[in-house]
Amino acid sequence: MTGQETRTEVLISRLLRAGVLASVALILLGTALTFAHHPQYVTDRRAVDTLTGTHASFPHTPSAVAGGIRHGRGEAVVALGLLVLIATPVLRVALSVALFAQQRDRTFVAITAVVLGLLLVSLVLGRGAA
Amino acid sequence: MYQQWYVRCVTPALFTIEVLGISVAAGALGSLLGLGGGIVVVPALTLLLGVDIRYAIGASIVSVIATSSGAAATYVRERMANLRVAMFLELATVTGAVTGALLAGVVATRWLYVAFGLLMGWSAVAMLRKRAGQAGSAVPASALADRLALHGSYYDEAAGAEVPYRVAGAGKGLGLMYAAGTVSGLLGIGSGALKVPAMDLAMRLPIKVSTATSNFMIGVTAAASAGIYFARGDIDPFIAAPVAAGVLAGATAGSRLLGRLRSSTIRAVFVAVLVVVSTQMLLKGLR
Repeated sequence: MTGQETRTEVLISRLLRAGVLASVALILLGTALTFAHHPQYVTDRRAVDTLTGTHASFPHTPSAVAGGIRHGRGEAVVALGLLVLIATPVLRVALSVALFAQQRDRTFVAITAVVLGLLLVSLVLGRGAA
Repeated sequence: MYQQWYVRCVTPALFTIEVLGISVAAGALGSLLGLGGGIVVVPALTLLLGVDIRYAIGASIVSVIATSSGAAATYVRERMANLRVAMFLELATVTGAVTGALLAGVVATRWLYVAFGLLMGWSAVAMLRKRAGQAGSAVPASALADRLALHGSYYDEAAGAEVPYRVAGAGKGLGLMYAAGTVSGLLGIGSGALKVPAMDLAMRLPIKVSTATSNFMIGVTAAASAGIYFARGDIDPFIAAPVAAGVLAGATAGSRLLGRLRSSTIRAVFVAVLVVVSTQMLLKGLR
């Protein structure tokens, strides 16, 4: 029993670490690309407003992110890193369902499967609201 | 105004460095206390750096997920976070988050702020009192906790010993988590600040296990709403990049520290933060 639990914990911990490292790598790469393409960002005092003001424009749909990456745009690479970060906890729940199924722990398979289902429902609900 | 002055005086490079520094601190504090770091990130971005509240909230959602995943990798491996308790309670927090999303716009949030401000104030007092009378009274039995095998143990580095613990009030905890999930869905704040007192007071978990388990859980609830915020265009990559990188670094460092800090220290700092959050909520509701 404890052997099983240790394995569960190690696998979940590894998944979280992998998600975190992948997203950090993308975010750092994207930030480096942004500054490399816009060297004026180091000196220009007016650029912050363009980047963070309410009229700022940046990719926020999957197709815009994909298109931006094809053009090597830094903010699209950062956005991909953020999407990896957001997906990590959801993947963690999916992995838990599989691990509990392997241990034949029916109650916890049911619990984690319901959590995963509700997460997906909330994403669909949100799409309607957004 | 100061904010406009700031925006005119700073370069994007300096902005990135400043946000990075604030976020390292937010991640370290959040990982130790089981909070998302929103209480640091939102005021710092809006009041100090003049960022629009919409982007600040988007960045704070990113901060919650980063704190959770960054710290949980350590907490899960060290058995500081109780996985079974977390997954059992996630049933209620995620259901609550869906309820909150459905109720948004229907319920007047004003009085919710007041109600939960008062509830948090009460939790702060109750947690402080528990600290005074720490000599542990027996934990009442919970048939549900027994059936789900929720009890556990963790290695306390500060005490230099393995600490076994039993979980009480599993049903009550589930109810409180549902309320916490609904409120964080409606108000977009306070998820960790409500989860930790519920685990500490109703379920009688050791404080370090409560903050580590809360930490593990907050990422899932935040991920559900993060997709929505991203699609809506509330997550500005230029702001979120230093927030995510800084918080991840801070949370990873903080998570290594939790084992070494004394439980009474964690409890005292948590109570202090709870008082701040409760005051903020009361002011928002009564203004």
